[in-house]
Amino acid sequence: MAHTKLQDQLESVDEFERMPVPTGKLKGLGSFIGMYAGEHTAGTEFVIGPLFVAHGVSAAGLVFGLLVGNLLAVLSWALLCAPIATKARLTLYYMLEKICGTKLTAVYNVVNALMFCFLAGSMIAVSATAVGIPFDLTMPNLSDWLPNSIGWIVAVAVVGSVTTLVAMMGYSQVARVANIAAPWMILVFIAAAIAVLPELGVTSISNFWSVANEKIWTGVPLEGQSQFTFWHVMFFAWFCNMAMHIGMADLSILRYAKKWQYGFSSATGMYVGHYIAWIASGILYSLFLYESNYSTEFAPGPVAYRAAGFAGALCVIVAGWTTANPTIYRAGLALQSIRPQWKTWRVTMVVGMITTAAACFPALVMKLLDFVALYGLILMPMGAVILIDFYVLPRMGAKSNYAETFGKRFNMAAASAWALTLIFSIVLNQAYGVEIFFLGLPGWFVAAAVYLVASRLIQKSALAAASN
Amino acid sequence: MPKSILNILSWLGLVLTLLPSVLVFIGAIDFPLHKTLMLVGTVLWFATRPLTLAKEPN
Repeated sequence: MAHTKLQDQLESVDEFERMPVPTGKLKGLGSFIGMYAGEHTAGTEFVIGPLFVAHGVSAAGLVFGLLVGNLLAVLSWALLCAPIATKARLTLYYMLEKICGTKLTAVYNVVNALMFCFLAGSMIAVSATAVGIPFDLTMPNLSDWLPNSIGWIVAVAVVGSVTTLVAMMGYSQVARVANIAAPWMILVFIAAAIAVLPELGVTSISNFWSVANEKIWTGVPLEGQSQFTFWHVMFFAWFCNMAMHIGMADLSILRYAKKWQYGFSSATGMYVGHYIAWIASGILYSLFLYESNYSTEFAPGPVAYRAAGFAGALCVIVAGWTTANPTIYRAGLALQSIRPQWKTWRVTMVVGMITTAAACFPALVMKLLDFVALYGLILMPMGAVILIDFYVLPRMGAKSNYAETFGKRFNMAAASAWALTLIFSIVLNQAYGVEIFFLGLPGWFVAAAVYLVASRLIQKSALAAASN
Repeated sequence: MPKSILNILSWLGLVLTLLPSVLVFIGAIDFPLHKTLMLVGTVLWFATRPLTLAKEPN
C-alpha cells in the first residue's frame, strides 16, 4: 500500500528534464527568495566564517570583502545565469547534452558527483564534531589531514551511515526538514553571536568595531595559516558558488523563474548566509580562540555548544545533515544519469560510502576554503561554454548546440575549453604562485576564448566534411 | 489545534530563539538562562512548524 502510494507520488512528479518548463509551471519571486536564503545558510557556514578568522583577515577586509564579493555573486546570478535560464528554460544537464554531447556530459557528471561527495563529506565531519560532544571526543586540529583517533572515525561513520540511509530513502523528507529548519538556523547563528559579544568585550554597538579589530578579525593569521586580505575574501565570496552562477548549474533552478530579474533573489542567500552567518560564526570562533589561548583545535560543534547550548549543537548537526543529505542524493543522481538502469538506492549507497570514507579525513574541513574554490573552478568552464554557445556563436555565423545539430556525442571544442582552462589554472598556480581563489576570473576568459576559436574550427571542418 | 494557535506558537519559538541573546547583550538575563530559553524556542519551533505546514495548501 505504502509502496504503491510512494510510486504514484514519484510518477506524478514531472521536472521537465528534457523540455522547456511550460508557462503554467513558472514560479513567483517568493519561491526563489526562500530557496536561496535556505540553501546558503548551511553547515559550511560554521566552517567558512571561522576559517576567515584563522587566516587573519582584518575586520575591514572581511566586512567590505564580503559586501563586494557577494554583490558580484548576485550580479553573476542575475546577469549571466538567469537570462539564459529564462530564455531556454532547460536544465543544465540537458543544455550540456545538446552542446557537448552525451559522452562529455557523462564526464561532467562524474566530476560533479565526486565534488558533491567531498562537499557532503565535509558536512558529515562538521556534524560529527557536534555528535562527539557528549563522548568527549578528541577534536581535530587546523593542521590535521588524517583522522586523529578511532573515536573520530566512529563518530564520522555513525553520522555518515545515518545520512546515507536517509538519502537512500529519497529526497522529499530531507527537503521538508531543511525547509523547516532554515529560518531557525539563521536565528541560531545570529543569536549565538549576539550572546557572546559581551564576553569578547562588546558592551554597546558603538564599541563593536574596535573589539572586532582587536579580538575577532585581528589581521593576524593563526600559526601555519596563510594571510588573507580583502581580495581573498572578495574573490572567495564571489566564486564560492561559481559552479552555480557562472558555471550555470542554477539554470536548472532559475528556468522556473517568471522573469530573469528573479536572479537578484540570490541576494537573500548571499547577504543572510554568506554575510551574516559568516560574520556570526567568525565571532563564535574568536571567543573559542580567546578562551582556549589560541588553540588550533577546530570543531564547530563545541564552539556552537559553548555559545548556544543544546540549540547550538543541534544547529550544527542539522545544518551539516541538511546539507550533506541532498548533496549525497544529487551525487547519486549525477552518477545514475550515466547508466539509468542502475538502482537509485544502490548508487546513493555507494556514493554515501565514498562520502563517509572521505569525511574521516579532517583535511576536508580544514581546507574547505580551498576545496570550495576548486569545486567552482573545475566546473566553471562549462558555464563559459554555455554562455558563448548561447549568445556569441549565433552572432558569428556558427551553430549553437553543436552535438545536437551535428549529431555528435562528444564536442571536442567544449572538451578543449574545459581541459585547457584547467591546465592554464594549474600553470598559473604552480609556476606563478597565483592562489586558487584568484584563478576563476582569468580562467573564465580562457574557457570562453578557447571554446569560441575551437568551435569555429570544428564547425568549419564538420561543414566541409558534410559538403564533400 | 487551530492553525492560528499553531502559528503563534511557532513564531513564539523563533522569538525565544533570538530574543534571549539580545537580553544577554543588554545584561537583562544571564547566559545559562539564554541557553535554556533558546532550547525551549527550538523545541517549540520544531514541534509546531511541521503541523502548521501540514495545514497549508501545497
